[in-house]
Amino acid sequence: MPTRVMDLSEMEIKGIKDGILVHLDKAEWDRAKPELIKQIKQNQSFFQGARLFIDVGDTILKAKELGELRDNLSDQGIVLTGVLSLSNVTRETAQLLGLKITIDKPKPQKPSSIAPLDTLLKGESAVLLHRTMRSGHKVSYHGHVVVLGDVNPGAEIIASGCIVVWGRLRGTVHAGAEGDEDVVVCALDLSPMQLRIGSKIAITPQDQEKPQPEIARIKGNQIIAETWQHHRGDL
Amino acid sequence: MNGTVITITSGKGGVGKTTATANLGIALASLGQKVVCIDADIGLRNLDVVMGLENRIVYDLVDAVEGRCRLSQAMIRDKRHPSLFLIPAAQSRDKTAIAPSDMVFLCNELRSEVDWIIIDSPAGIERGFRNAIAPANEVLVVTNPEVSAVRDADRIIGLIEAEEKGTAKLVINRLNPEKVKKGDMLSASDVVELLAIPLIGIVPEDEAVLVSINHGYPVVLNERSEAGKAFMNIGRRLLGEEVPWMELDSRKGLFNRIGKLFSGGN
Repeated sequence: MPTRVMDLSEMEIKGIKDGILVHLDKAEWDRAKPELIKQIKQNQSFFQGARLFIDVGDTILKAKELGELRDNLSDQGIVLTGVLSLSNVTRETAQLLGLKITIDKPKPQKPSSIAPLDTLLKGESAVLLHRTMRSGHKVSYHGHVVVLGDVNPGAEIIASGCIVVWGRLRGTVHAGAEGDEDVVVCALDLSPMQLRIGSKIAITPQDQEKPQPEIARIKGNQIIAETWQHHRGDL
Repeated sequence: MNGTVITITSGKGGVGKTTATANLGIALASLGQKVVCIDADIGLRNLDVVMGLENRIVYDLVDAVEGRCRLSQAMIRDKRHPSLFLIPAAQSRDKTAIAPSDMVFLCNELRSEVDWIIIDSPAGIERGFRNAIAPANEVLVVTNPEVSAVRDADRIIGLIEAEEKGTAKLVINRLNPEKVKKGDMLSASDVVELLAIPLIGIVPEDEAVLVSINHGYPVVLNERSEAGKAFMNIGRRLLGEEVPWMELDSRKGLFNRIGKLFSGGN
């Protein structure tokens, strides 16, 4: 179910599976547009980086109007992804501008054959990032972070728990960011720009040997990285 | 016709975006395609200089967008290839003179008239870059085999993914096999390993490029130039031809490895 985030008399902003959907169908376009921009400016962190869909009802919008909105949003760092409309004119305009006119339907959920997590196992929450983390990407998470892919230089991961990278770790990572020093960072190739655990900081030595899976943790009073082979016994 | 829009970008300045645009434009034109190159670097134009068409400019991109001239009036026909055109940038304005949607409209109009629209993006990730990327069907990211250029390329690739432009293709420019061998320069496979996008061309470092820019005579017209051949190969690959990877070094090794790396992948 979509979660309602805020409710104004004429504009409704909803979080949907695919991004953010804003209903502008109840207001005149001339009032709705500045209000949308205002909302975005006031809630930067909520909108930032999201795929934005607008529902304009039967309002007829020409290319100039939609184009302007797209540009204004682009100035705010937001990509207008789609326009939902009852009007054919508006739909054609949106398509001309390369915008979607439907929200991609989420894949039908198959009944899961996996039993729910046995709570006796004391599972903790983690987020899985199945992608390459590139320069400029920043992820902060309250919990553990697992990356299935490379973390490139210039990318940053901050987690209150552990950080696991199934790939090359070359960016900056901070595990135990809320003070837990009993966490680990591990990667198939552990060569971070900077590695922090709790309040400790380490950088990767210049003379790296052949990459191999390593696991870093605090031992004594400093961060130590050991090869996985060497460490298998006491994971 | 239903032209393809290719945007050439890099993040970092000075890696060879403009050189790549001019040379790919000529390469495609000489392969029989109708091409228009657009300089999106408003305020710092120089694609016209590299193409040797500076003295023919009457109207520019901003004039066309703001309706002071017809689109065809802003298209300058190349001296050597009648199927190649340039839409120059305005010099007295800045990036905010046009908007991403203006570029989308302009390219939609051009698509019906030409096979290829090649957009030379300005450096950076701000408005100018967004203008250049908005109409793109395909994006080529140019980088040099050096750490700072690769870092910026990585950032740009992330932004292109966020704009849902599909996977960008990589051009490694100014590679010097001698320096790679000595360990003074990143190898092509180092760069590709980090950026993890398909490679479409490796252009070797070549004195002839500098000379060609100063003479407004793009290097692809020089048949003896290695860089010129490399740009021509990229043009062929854009047309869907399978072009074998150039042997940039008489002693085999590095480029054989790269060849293997990519024949498997894509």
